[in-house]
Amino acid sequence: MTMTMTVNGSPVSLPHDARVSLLDLVREHLHLPGTKKGCNQGACGACTVLVDGERILSCLALAVQFEGRSVTTIEGVGTPGALHPLQAAFIEHDGFQCGYCTPGQICSAIGMAQEIRRGVPSHVTADLAAPDIAPTRDELRERMSGNLCRCGTHNGIIDAIAEIVSADVLLPEPAQ
Amino acid sequence: MSIAKDAKDLAKGMLQGLMGKAVAMAPDSWIPGGEPDPLIRVRHGHVGKPVSRIDGPLKVAGAAPFAAEFPMEGMVYAALVYSTIAKGRILAINVAQAEAAPGVRAVMTYRNAPRIARPPVFMSDQKAAGGDDLPVMQEDFVRWNGEPVAVVLADTQEQADHATTLVAVSYELETPMTDFASAKDAGTRTAVFMGQALHQEIGDAEKALAAAAFRVDSHYSTPRHSHNAIELHAVTAAWIGGVLRLHDASQLVAHTAWSLGQMFGIPEDKVVVTSPFVGGGFGGKCLWQHQVLASMAAKLVGRPVRMVLSREGVYRIVGGRALTEQRVALAADAEGKLKAVVHTGTTAKTASNMMAEPFIVATRSMYESETFKLDVQVVELDMLANTFMRAPGEAVGTFALECAMDELAEALDIDPVELRIRNEPEMDPTSGLPFSSRNVVEAWRTGAERFGWSRRSAVPGTVRDGEWLVGMGCATGTYPYYRMPGGAARITLNAEGRASIDIAAHEMGMGTATAQTQVAAERLGLPMGAVSFHYGDSTLPGVVLAGGSQQTASIGASVIAAHRALVKELLAMAGNDSPLAGLKPDEVASRDGGLCRIDDPARHETYVSILSRAGKGSISAEGEAPMPLETQHWSMHSHAAMFCEARVNSVTGEVRIARFLGSFDCGRILNPKTAASQLRGGIIMGLGLALMEETQFDERNGRIVNASLSEYHVPVHMDVPDIDLIWTDIADPHTPMGARGIGEIGITGTAAAVANAVYNATGKRIRDLPITLDKLL
Ligand code: FES
Ligand code: FES
Repeated sequence: MTMTMTVNGSPVSLPHDARVSLLDLVREHLHLPGTKKGCNQGACGACTVLVDGERILSCLALAVQFEGRSVTTIEGVGTPGALHPLQAAFIEHDGFQCGYCTPGQICSAIGMAQEIRRGVPSHVTADLAAPDIAPTRDELRERMSGNLCRCGTHNGIIDAIAEIVSADVLLPEPAQ
Repeated sequence: MSIAKDAKDLAKGMLQGLMGKAVAMAPDSWIPGGEPDPLIRVRHGHVGKPVSRIDGPLKVAGAAPFAAEFPMEGMVYAALVYSTIAKGRILAINVAQAEAAPGVRAVMTYRNAPRIARPPVFMSDQKAAGGDDLPVMQEDFVRWNGEPVAVVLADTQEQADHATTLVAVSYELETPMTDFASAKDAGTRTAVFMGQALHQEIGDAEKALAAAAFRVDSHYSTPRHSHNAIELHAVTAAWIGGVLRLHDASQLVAHTAWSLGQMFGIPEDKVVVTSPFVGGGFGGKCLWQHQVLASMAAKLVGRPVRMVLSREGVYRIVGGRALTEQRVALAADAEGKLKAVVHTGTTAKTASNMMAEPFIVATRSMYESETFKLDVQVVELDMLANTFMRAPGEAVGTFALECAMDELAEALDIDPVELRIRNEPEMDPTSGLPFSSRNVVEAWRTGAERFGWSRRSAVPGTVRDGEWLVGMGCATGTYPYYRMPGGAARITLNAEGRASIDIAAHEMGMGTATAQTQVAAERLGLPMGAVSFHYGDSTLPGVVLAGGSQQTASIGASVIAAHRALVKELLAMAGNDSPLAGLKPDEVASRDGGLCRIDDPARHETYVSILSRAGKGSISAEGEAPMPLETQHWSMHSHAAMFCEARVNSVTGEVRIARFLGSFDCGRILNPKTAASQLRGGIIMGLGLALMEETQFDERNGRIVNASLSEYHVPVHMDVPDIDLIWTDIADPHTPMGARGIGEIGITGTAAAVANAVYNATGKRIRDLPITLDKLL
């Protein structure tokens, strides 16, 4: 019996080799190289994907753990010809230079926006009892700090995310 | 060996020095840039517009292919075994178990590796790219802690990684020199950089120092640094019909092709290196052992090889910035006029490279002074070769110099901004050359105004906000204009009036493809959509290093030359039936999709018309950029006035950067959107340099201890405030497009601005980077 999960809406069989990380599954087996490898040890965030809408570091996850789960990679968020509004905002605000950390930043931001909406507090949340968490720039910065960018496009990334979050355009669920 | 290398380099330098004198004296019109680039006059075209990146949609969708993302038929995966000693002989390598592991195709060691020549080390030849000149897996000898000793090749990465744990190596240890202090005790020598001894004296600076009314004299230190581009170094290598084909992450494709050709004993056109996207470089994406090992391995197993370094692997085999220990002593009269500038110190390199961190270079042109004493001493250690990292020399040199200026300002009781303005030179203070364009005073004035510098309290430790101490600091940043020889480009126009520009240049996130498409469209009189810019391929014309912030100028000068050749051929093709008949190349300009007479735009014919009348499908012209003599005729530098507001927690010592402003004078800005990102990126790396970055080197055994992104800290989102930028946008009349490169200047001056702000907040002067909280408690 082959075990499956879905990646960007398509069923995918899990690898036979239990050592294959979710990151290597998508990059090497499924030929979806949009998800990046920057450290392979949970330190950079380049490999961030969404699993059932939550952001995770795919380099720290073994693919075989994800039977029956739904994984969304950057390829499932939008394509060059049909960009997600957040991807378009990254271009408008120049939220990248080399573009290597970018897919991870974008997936991470989508997951993060859901966390704010669910009321999950962060280290900088001032009022833990407030019904809504205001997505201030510091709130966004704190929550995005697991995604490194060595090119130094932090300002542009926060601008792009802030535009989408504050325009109250709820970050749409990525296409399944 | 390295002394001989220095001697050769010095001899070359001396010759250049003689030539330099002649170039300095020559009339402007003989020099490239003597006639301003006509594009400088065009103020409302494509150049200067905040165009979004043309490769943006690919990058945000994860569809831009990086080096590790080119699958090849029959490809195998590689993993490396690294030495665990700094120096010694390999007594035995047992690979039997690894070879027997599932999926393993071969294990390469010095015993079965293809025989190749040593790498040509960077700066030993125009196209030399090697980080060092050590033999690559050819001998039973180890020369640094972390040198690759075996390569495992397997069907999957998991199999290869596992098999590396089965390789057993034993060594006979020799005593390495890995301790900086002992190496200094054993003797230093004067460093040589790009053919010049890093030593200069004007007058008797020490005497002037002793005699001066006011002086400061302090020691500063900066640690080793790593580039830490987020993309891991990766290469996919294959031998296809006698041609070595490399998908690389590279900031020097033509250099890499030539250098690999030298090593494998094949002509450079039998090596094809492509690198369409590079996930960050900063000086680190040059030629290191992984490209060589992958090429050797591909030969050994007769299959394409993908080699992606682990993050630890990057620390083991890709060099970084060397440590420095610096002394800066400044003397001034009561008005603050400098009487002496002493900037000396010591850095470390290896015997196998030609790179001594030149931390005095910025000091040569920064301030007027009656006397100078500049000197870099170097020791050689048994370690991974150090290399260029963003603003080599200036990044760490400006930290020491600009902290010292702050200390002097306090000693004189003169405002630090004012002190800098008072020491503004008329001409280059150490070379005597005139400046091509220098507006740093304007950058200081507008910057101080915008930052609210007048609100700063001159007395340290007096501004408090709860448990936070608040302070402001400033510093000058500077980086030279460079242009290296070897630039060339090809322009092809087709019958539909579309142009393509071909040049072996690079896009590592600087926005090259976007800005150069703007420039080329302007130069050709075409809409941006009609121009495609091809780069990142060693088979294209030109030897263009993406380094030294010189790529913009190099491409600019090459495209100018190609355009000139194209115009000449177009005029010949247009012939006597054209409205252009009889005009000389100098009399025409490219406008509105064709050529016209400069002073009579009505005499115009489109490219489409010229080609169709001649019955041609396309026309192509190649041009070579002239030798970069302008850099010896003028003193050419960008500047920045950096302002920082820091908050230091009085309980924990934690430093937070509250505000930062960079006020730049860096020539004409070609694209404000991408330029702002580059300038901010430099400043942010400067914040890392100031507050957290250090490659920790175990001096007992030469091993890098914090070989991971968890333990080498770089600025994260929470560390980066909104960074404000302004610029003069004053075109440099002597550079292509009036621009000077902007990739590196942001990191210069930044660390000093932070340190000076921390001092202003707390009264504690931290002279040893990084400024971590333990130093403030
Ligand atoms: S690759 Fe997963 S966190 Fe860096
Ligand atoms: S854009 Fe290069 S690392 Fe973020």
